[in-house]
Amino acid sequence: MNHVSFFSQMKLSLLTREKIFAIALITPCFLLVATLAFYPILYSFYLSLHKIILGLPSLGQPFIGLENFRELLSDKVAIHSLINTFIFVFSSTFLEIFFGLVIALVLNKHFRGRGMVRAAILVPWAIPTVVSSQMWRFIFNDNYGLLNYIVFGSVTSSYTAWLAHPVSAFSAIVAADVWKTSSFAGLLILAGLQTIPDELYEAARIDGASAWQQFRKITLPLIKPALLIALLFRTMDAFRVFDLVFVMTQGGPADSTNVLQFYGYKKIFAEGLMGYGSTISVLVFLIIFIVAIFYIKVIGTRLFQEKG
Amino acid sequence: MNRLLFYITTFVVVFLSLLPFAWFFNTSLKTPLEITSIPPVLIPSGTLRSYQSAIEEYNLLHYVKNSVIVAGSTTFFTILISIFAGYALARLRLKYKGVIMGSLLLVSMFPQISIAGPVWKILQSLGWLNSYQGLIIPYITLTLPLGIWILASFFRELPGELEDAARIDGCSHFQTLFKIMVPLAAPGVFTAAILVFIYAWNEFFFALLIMTQQKFQTLPVGIALFQGQYTLPWGEIAAASTVATVPLVFLVFIFQKRIVRGLSAGAIKG
Repeated sequence: MNHVSFFSQMKLSLLTREKIFAIALITPCFLLVATLAFYPILYSFYLSLHKIILGLPSLGQPFIGLENFRELLSDKVAIHSLINTFIFVFSSTFLEIFFGLVIALVLNKHFRGRGMVRAAILVPWAIPTVVSSQMWRFIFNDNYGLLNYIVFGSVTSSYTAWLAHPVSAFSAIVAADVWKTSSFAGLLILAGLQTIPDELYEAARIDGASAWQQFRKITLPLIKPALLIALLFRTMDAFRVFDLVFVMTQGGPADSTNVLQFYGYKKIFAEGLMGYGSTISVLVFLIIFIVAIFYIKVIGTRLFQEKG
Repeated sequence: MNRLLFYITTFVVVFLSLLPFAWFFNTSLKTPLEITSIPPVLIPSGTLRSYQSAIEEYNLLHYVKNSVIVAGSTTFFTILISIFAGYALARLRLKYKGVIMGSLLLVSMFPQISIAGPVWKILQSLGWLNSYQGLIIPYITLTLPLGIWILASFFRELPGELEDAARIDGCSHFQTLFKIMVPLAAPGVFTAAILVFIYAWNEFFFALLIMTQQKFQTLPVGIALFQGQYTLPWGEIAAASTVATVPLVFLVFIFQKRIVRGLSAGAIKG
């Protein structure tokens, strides 16, 4: 009797000790994430309801309700940046999924040197975005860029300042983003491809299905979840585009490449409009939040299915 | 026919992946005259003038030093804290695990601009703008989700018997974690470290806000702000870009398998 109660007591204390240990282990992570990720989000909401100008500390921080949001709705540049951001997100994500699929199909085959090919495809992903931005800016250079030479040869009089015209500047940013991140989309899709059993293809081949039919009827339906994940992941990332715009165009010409994150940065840090700029922070956060919830749901159901 | 199409596609993909940077690298080995010549010079004279000038006139090594300090410290602390949290979330009894993992995932998706103003204000009130810790601590926070997700997925796959055996042999919780579990999860630790390092080495947005003095700026900020007197110093920019990229290209070629596994663990599997 004594022995049993002693044992259960010890077990209890062991359990408690494990719990205390677990809580101690996640405390540093909790403190950091709480103070430098979650608190700042709430703080952004708070700031967006106030008038704060960094250059005028004597102004204080008067509460102005939704005034900043009202101003945002009538801010033509902000609306323009919002539209640009959406066009950027749609076009770059679409192209990245397409090229990602091509990359995934290549990497899914077994062939000699596959490791090297995979590493080569990862290079654009690993390069710092600032570096790839400068690199593309150089390739798009109006006087001696490689693109002008490829398109016009030595006829320098036809050379175009790609980054100085709205449509070509915007396309240049999309191209640079697609170049850099298609491989990442490819890896996510590859993970889906690798779950398809080879037997399915063998059976299809025996039944005389062509490569295209196999792709349409087997591959595509079975990688739908992976495609969805890649799509959501790239969508959220594309909303954050900043480095490319900062280095390649500074939002120009005529705001044609201005995007929300760049506009918010300019408002807060170049113009010192901490209050008004925070409205843009809140807007971007809310857009991403909706996509993120959807993403977590998709991942959640996937995990659930794997367990079940 | 199919085989031919496959080889052509593979070749084109590899070619397009490598060509743009190869061209930039090529540019770093040219003289200013070669850089601006039409038609472009394919084989550069191989001069290291741009590297010399990037070092002497643009303080390249100084940016490299800052990047090494910031990315190195971030990697160290993120991995340490991720080992703690990842182990607790994967193997110990803890309430609200799902909520914690979900919140971390959410943090990894935050657009930087949505926290930029407040983070800047917090750092300013601490007097940490233009200091190493002022950049390292936000970086740790932002890379924790990646580190924890990868490490938790590695810890989860380890057999429980070893842990029990260690506990029966009288190891404390802490000893069990660092003597038994961490060595077993070493591939995961290493994978997470590579990815965190690449993130911290490449990050630009926060570095731009927080490091406004040249003394503390990291490589990406330096490269983005390189300015010549009249024209852009393309040779120097290309040289600095090569210096910033070469370590990463090495990492990718040596550890591509790990990187692929880590990326899919961080993004999909959990």
